[in-house]
Amino acid sequence: MIARLNRHLLGIVGLLLTSAAVVAALAAPVLAPHDPIKSDFVASLKPPGTPGHLLGTDQLGRDLLSRVLYGARIALFIGFCTVLLTAVVGGLLGLVAGFFGGWPGAVLMRIADVQLSFPFVLLALTINAIVGLGLRNIIISLSAAGWVIYARVVRGEVLSIKQRDYVQAAAALGTGKARVLFRHVLPNVAPSIIVVASLQFSQFIVAEAAISFLGFGVQPPTPAWGSMLSESRDFLYVAWWLAAFPGAALALTALGINLLGDWLRDALDPKLRV
Amino acid sequence: MRAYLLSRLGQTALVIFLALTAVFFLVRLAGDPVLLFLPMDIQAKDVNEFRQRLGFNDPLIVQYGRFIAGAVRGDFGESLRYKQDALRLVLERLPATLALAASALALTACIAIPAGVLSAVRRGSVWDHLGMTVAVLGQAIPGFWLGLMLIYLFSVGLVSLPNEGTGGLAHFVMPCIVLASFYAARMARLTRSSVLETLREEYVLTARAKGLAERVVIAKHALKNSAIPIVTLAGLETGQLLGGAVITETIFAWPGVGRLTVQALVNRDFPVVLAAVFLISVTYTLINFGVDLLYGALDPRTRRETEAG
Repeated sequence: MIARLNRHLLGIVGLLLTSAAVVAALAAPVLAPHDPIKSDFVASLKPPGTPGHLLGTDQLGRDLLSRVLYGARIALFIGFCTVLLTAVVGGLLGLVAGFFGGWPGAVLMRIADVQLSFPFVLLALTINAIVGLGLRNIIISLSAAGWVIYARVVRGEVLSIKQRDYVQAAAALGTGKARVLFRHVLPNVAPSIIVVASLQFSQFIVAEAAISFLGFGVQPPTPAWGSMLSESRDFLYVAWWLAAFPGAALALTALGINLLGDWLRDALDPKLRV
Repeated sequence: MRAYLLSRLGQTALVIFLALTAVFFLVRLAGDPVLLFLPMDIQAKDVNEFRQRLGFNDPLIVQYGRFIAGAVRGDFGESLRYKQDALRLVLERLPATLALAASALALTACIAIPAGVLSAVRRGSVWDHLGMTVAVLGQAIPGFWLGLMLIYLFSVGLVSLPNEGTGGLAHFVMPCIVLASFYAARMARLTRSSVLETLREEYVLTARAKGLAERVVIAKHALKNSAIPIVTLAGLETGQLLGGAVITETIFAWPGVGRLTVQALVNRDFPVVLAAVFLISVTYTLINFGVDLLYGALDPRTRRETEAG
């Protein structure tokens, strides 16, 4: 009973944290007191609590609160685009590989093996270093490194679902292959896709921050949390707030999405407990 | 068993070959590294000569053939930056990375397994809630932020700890904590759910009915049978530790493979990137192979399957 209450409580905490991040992202232009990339050298490195700068300012006098709020926008945009792209591409490939089998399926699984023989962050980082920097390219890099999980999960599910009686029955009734695939198989795979997406979302956001932190990915002066943390390293001993707040925003967003994802997974698929 | 080993070896070789091929062509798409290494005021003739010397003027397929022929012998060419054999450069950095990964894994296991078992055995207690809350937090906190915060906290004078490079044991403390925090959280959660599952089995009931001490029931009957998912995760995590090391090594200026790879990517030092890719995928697949062999030791039932398969 306490465990169940605790689970719902954590889910609600997750929902609140995620909503806060979403509100910050959507309403950043309204909520932010200053322009996030306008520098003001007179007011540089002011500590938190300075009038007009609630979280202080950075080395160029840019308002930290505004930058953290706009950072939510960048992080969630990248996370959302990547999850959507990987879910559609990976999901479709997994669907086709599982349903039709044969050599395309075998080739796909070999590619997956190759990708999985390499740590995710390092793979995304290497791809990013090759395709180039910037917002669009970091989305491409993360997607290119991340689609494999969907393809694998969906393929496995499809392999078992296509043996079910209702799929066999639909095929026996003369339903076309495409119709069987999209009307009978896809809806039954959908919950798995949603569960994987919720697990991947925070991973993508943290990976993006890590890559931007290393100097790839999103470039300054764009207020991304990772590149803000990277810049903060030079001022760590004199301005702790530059490292503390963007990192806390990142951690709380990741925490919220994780908790919400756990909750969602329990509701959608009790078997998939990790 | 021998047939199984041979087929696994073949698969491993294929995966590594495909990984190298993919990275070779991707890297060549990225653009010309030559211009980065020459002074700005150089003549076009000299650039061309430099390219000719490094073989960048040959058709791509010829370059690829040469690359594979070299890679088979462990020759990835010379680092463009350090003018040293690329693979040797990476291998020299390997011990530092392995030492860090091994101590982080040990720390992970020392924290996560007892915490997970305690949470499972005292399910619903304060310890359970506390442990799992810390685990959820640990999973959400990005390592590089934790690293920065630790450097700051120790710098303001709690305890003095070195935050750069290698040296004595003290150099290990911060990188290890950072690297272990994320993985310990995941392992604790998995240990908990895995032990909870085995505690429901009938042989645990039997062991209790025999009057065995609870400690023996937990350690010998429950934990041993929960080991497979934990070992699987530990294997996967060792691989990911090598990736996580990229960030940790950069923060703490740790002279390992990860930091070298990042620097090589920044400098477009392709021979070093390719050698690092090779070494990391070899390590990764070897670890997975080791995990597969461990299954046989942990659960004799899987031995027949792997031999048949």
